[in-house]
This record gives sequence, C-alpha cells and structure tokens, in this order.
Amino acid sequence: MSRINHRFAQRRAEGRRALVTYVTGGDPYPGATVPIMHELVRSGADVIEVGMPFSDPMADGPVIQDACDRALAGGTGLVGVLEMVREFRRQDQDTPVVLMGYLNPIEQIGYRRFARDAAAAGVDGVLTVDLPPEESHELVPAIAEHDLDPIWLVAPTTRPERIRAICDQARGFVYYVSLKGVTGAATLDVDDVAAHVEAIREATQLPVGVGFGVRNGEDAARLGQVADAVVVGSAIVSRIAEHPDADESQLSREVGAVVRDLRAGLDQPLPEVAP
Amino acid sequence: MSKVMQGSEALGSEPAEAVFDGHFGPYGGRFVPELLMAPLEELAEAYEAMRNDPAFQAEFYADLQQYVGRPTPLYYAEHWTRRIGGARLFLKREDLDHTGAHKINNTMGQALLAVRMGKRRIVAETGAGQHGVATAAVCARLGLECVVYMGAEDVRRQSVNVYRMRLMGARVVPVESGTRTLKDALNEAFRDWAANVDDTFYIIGTVAGPHPYPAMVRDFQSVIGRETREQCLEQHGRLPDALVACVGGGSNAIGLFHPFLDDHDVSIYGVEAGGDGVETGRHAAPLSAGRPGVLHGNRTYLMENEDGQIMPTHSLSAGLDYPGVGPEHAWLKDSGRVSYVAVNDDEALAAFHSLTQTEGIIPALETAHGIAYAEQLAARLGPDQTIVVNCSGRGDKDINTVAEVEGMQV
Repeated sequence: MSRINHRFAQRRAEGRRALVTYVTGGDPYPGATVPIMHELVRSGADVIEVGMPFSDPMADGPVIQDACDRALAGGTGLVGVLEMVREFRRQDQDTPVVLMGYLNPIEQIGYRRFARDAAAAGVDGVLTVDLPPEESHELVPAIAEHDLDPIWLVAPTTRPERIRAICDQARGFVYYVSLKGVTGAATLDVDDVAAHVEAIREATQLPVGVGFGVRNGEDAARLGQVADAVVVGSAIVSRIAEHPDADESQLSREVGAVVRDLRAGLDQPLPEVAP
Repeated sequence: MSKVMQGSEALGSEPAEAVFDGHFGPYGGRFVPELLMAPLEELAEAYEAMRNDPAFQAEFYADLQQYVGRPTPLYYAEHWTRRIGGARLFLKREDLDHTGAHKINNTMGQALLAVRMGKRRIVAETGAGQHGVATAAVCARLGLECVVYMGAEDVRRQSVNVYRMRLMGARVVPVESGTRTLKDALNEAFRDWAANVDDTFYIIGTVAGPHPYPAMVRDFQSVIGRETREQCLEQHGRLPDALVACVGGGSNAIGLFHPFLDDHDVSIYGVEAGGDGVETGRHAAPLSAGRPGVLHGNRTYLMENEDGQIMPTHSLSAGLDYPGVGPEHAWLKDSGRVSYVAVNDDEALAAFHSLTQTEGIIPALETAHGIAYAEQLAARLGPDQTIVVNCSGRGDKDINTVAEVEGMQV
C-alpha cells in the first residue's frame, strides 16, 4: 500500500481527519525546508506538499508567488526540491510527500527522468496545477511507472461529468479547491463546499481533501466536518514570510505554532448530527 | 479598393467537420488550472457557435467597417522603396485602424462574443498598451466594465496609452510582480478571471493562451491577410513574393500570414525582437533562441533556463517584450512554412526613422522590427518582386521612448 493510502487509511480508522500542509521548497532559503518539513510532521501534519518553485505561478496569489520568488532567488529549482525530499526521507520513511507546482520545470527535466528521480528521492505523489487530465498523457504514464500517484484537482466550476472523468484517473486523494480565485484569497463557504464534496464522493471512494482559504484551526474544524482532509498552504507560507531572516529553529517554531492550531481544530470532536 | 470581407468570409470559417481541439502539432493545448477548464470549454463552445452564426458575423463585419475603419489600404511605399533599392515595398496599413493598431480587430470580435455570452465585465492584459486601448475603446462603446492589467514598467514606458485607457473609462492596474512587464500582466489577468469567472470575460490580446484563444484571435485577425490577398490580386494581378510582420505574441503576423499559408510561392517572414542582439541573451526572440515549454496555458517556444524558469526579456518595444509566442507560430517554425528572424533594437530604430522620413508614416516600434527586416529583404530582391509588410501600428505612442533613447527632450 502506498504511503498516501496508508496514511489516509490510518486516519480514517482512528476517526480523524488528515491534515495536508504545503510549503514551497527552498523558502525562505534552501537550508530551511527540511527542518520545516520535520516540524510539520511533529506538529501534526499527515501529508506534506512541497512546492516546486516556478517563476510564473498563475494559479497562485501573492503569498505563494513571493515564496517562489524567495526560493528562486536562493537558487532552488526542481532539482533542489528533489534533493530536499531525499534528505527528509533519511529520517522519515512514513510521511507521504506530494510535489506540487507547474508543468514547465518538469517538462524541461523530462517526464521520465523526473519520475525516476522523484521516486528515488522518496516522493509519493505529483500535483501539477496547470496540467488538466486532457494534457497529461505524457506525465501520468511516466509517474505511474514509478508508482507515483497523480493528484487531481476538482474546482467549483467542474461539471459533474468531468468530476467523474477526473476521479476515474485519480490516485491517492482528490483535492477539492474550495474557492474561486487563487491561493490565499477570500473566505470559505462550508455549505457550498459540502455540496461539492458530496458530488465527488458519488464518483470515487478515494479520500477528499479540501483546500484554498483555510487560515486557522477554526476554519480547519469547519471544513473537517465535510472532508477527509484539509489542505493548508498560504497560512503556513505567510508565517514563513514574516520571518525571512530567521534561523531554522525559529522558523520551525513559527510553522509549528500554525500547524498545531490547525491540528487541534481538526481533532475537535465532530458535532452530533441529527440522523 | 477591395470591400470588407462579408459573411462567413469575415471569420474565415472552414467546413465544420471536426471541431479543432486547440493543438498545433505538439504546441498549443489547454494548460490551465482546473478552475478555468469549464469557462474555457464554455468559451470554445460559444465561439464555435458564433463563427457559424450569420447574425454574429454580420455584426462583426459592420463594426469592422464602420467603427474600425476597414478595409485598410494596401499602400505602395514608393519613396521608401526608392530609398532601399530592390523589391517593391507595400504596407498593409493596420496603423490606420481605429485606436492605431490591428489590435482592435480582435477586441471588437471578442467583446461582441462577451456580450452574446452575457458577460458584462472585461479583463485584459496589455504590454505596449495598444491592446489595452483597443479593449477600453470597445468596452466604452458597448457599455462594458473594463479592467486592464499592465506591468508597472510598461505603465511607465507607455503613460500616454495609460491615460487614453483611463479616459475611456477603463481601470488600469499596474502589476508589480515578477519582471513587471507583459508576462506578469497575463498572470494577473488570469488570476482576476479565475476569481470572477461567473461574470467576467478575458479578452486576450494575442494568439497565445489556452485553446480557444490562439485560433479565435487568429480568426478575428485574419481579415488582414484576406484583404491583403484580394488587394494584391486587384492592384497587380498576382500575389506578393514575400510577407513580413513583427512577432511578439504574433497576432498581427498570423492575421497577415494565415490566408497565404497554402500559397507556396509566397515567402513568409516573422520578425522577433532581437533586443541588444540574440547572441547577448538580452532579447525577446523565443523562436530564434528559445525552446519549447509550457506557459500561460499553451505549449510553445519560450525563453527559459534549464530549470524551466521563464527568463526576463529585453526589447525597446514594450509590445514585443514577451518570453513566449503563439503556438501556431511554433508549429509554422517547425514545419518550415514561415521563416523567423530577429531584428535588434538599433536596427528597428533606424527603420523607424527610415519609414518616417521617406513616407511620413511613423510606425510603432513593434512594427519597426518588420520594417527593418523588409529593408534587408528588399535589398536582396529585384524590382520585379513585391513585399507586403504589415504596418501593424502607429508610432505616436513611442515618440517619448525614441526621444529618450536619442537623448532628446520632447
């Protein structure tokens, strides 16, 4: 069983929601990422998404764009991110790691080499935000050959027949983007999310994660009522951005505080629901 | 003088057997976040319906004639020809289109489509400001809300166009992220669209972006080439020997080239911005010195480093200062049908003066790249041969830039 499936099965058996956390690789400097990843795990993260920096992250808001800029300024690209995952794996063989980012850096390395190197580094899944399933006939077979899961997004605009098509190809978990807009924007509407998550559940048995717009433990608690997992990125990256010059241990403390709040919110007992 | 193309001719409709899926060989496609897939499918369906709808085409045709000012002349630039010595040089006068450049052929078409789709809010990106101005104009006329994203560096370089847009009621948003130029304006326009998909229509200004934009913008701009073809036949009974147009994203070029692609006796040249020189790395010539990759919704030639990061571009002309190019151009390069060359800033500047002095026509700095290459080409050909250059825009917007480069105070 893959690390992603195993982790979700564990949480499901415990009756708990999974916490998926995102950091951009190399943000705010290359040496910070691996210690931050370990801190994410210590503070309660179940899955780590590591952002592959890209110069033109058009699906992201200013928080992630700035993180990409800091990472690129420090010299971190896709190869550097793979090295970070490899180093993380020396101490942690259990926590699933998903690479998240844009297609072009992967295309330049080459799909087959990317898949081989990512698998060798200990990556479990790949999420490319600007690659819809229709264009994925090169990437998906390449990563499948190395047992890497393609993680797909479903959006508020995704039509029902398309949800089914996406879920047919999905592995690991399905990621519902809970807002219109870019990462880090606006506030969330839990009832609306619940309706969309229900539509996804009709199409797949896979766990459903919900992200975009989760700022704190309270948001996590509300979303946890309707999803199997909550995905948090901008809230963590914003905290890193407030301390660009901090050393690794201080950054870890800051990130740990954000994640413990999210974990506590997510682990609150679910309210009784009338039958 | 030829008439404006009518009916299905105006949009270049082809037999509707197979619906085009947006791929030009390995290029093009639809590389966007999931959120935008449904809006793009909706747009593609709407466009497919409109291009086959006589009422839509009649409306588009009437606007091209009465609002844009089509057909534009095909002008024999006799004095310029004499100065260069060689092939006869003709200018397709897109600088005479309303708002001063070819851009409005496309904004007119897309704005009519937006109205048909019930979208009352328009977003656009702009580099030199010509597309922004052309968008602001049609929005003012059709009573649409208009938001234009423009790199902060371009806002500085093109302040007159910024003011024109504001006068016409557009909100111009300076973009401070990234390199603060056209590519960053595209990022912001996509972000705005993603956040407001329900009521917003994104009018892309060039033949790039996700499907259906490259094909749709080409169809709206192809009126340039169809008129040119007909004018050539009318005026001298045969097709030209060569076509020349500048290529940033490539909409004026594809508009001129497309109706001639099957005419294999016509040589076709696309001219990229060589900046300080392609060999210096400081340029905006992805077809000349880039390689394929994925950016802004399509696969095409890009200026990028080995890690797949998009590189900063350099060109005196804001409108060519873009690291990518329309995917159909990428395909035309690979197929060999079109030759792509680069012209440096100083060569473009010299051509700007050359045309201005000999013909009293001040070309845009973007256009001046095509003018410069046409001079080189004409000198190699004989007087029995003809070259048509797309005079894609007027240069009034650039006089401050030219004066600054030459140390003059205006």
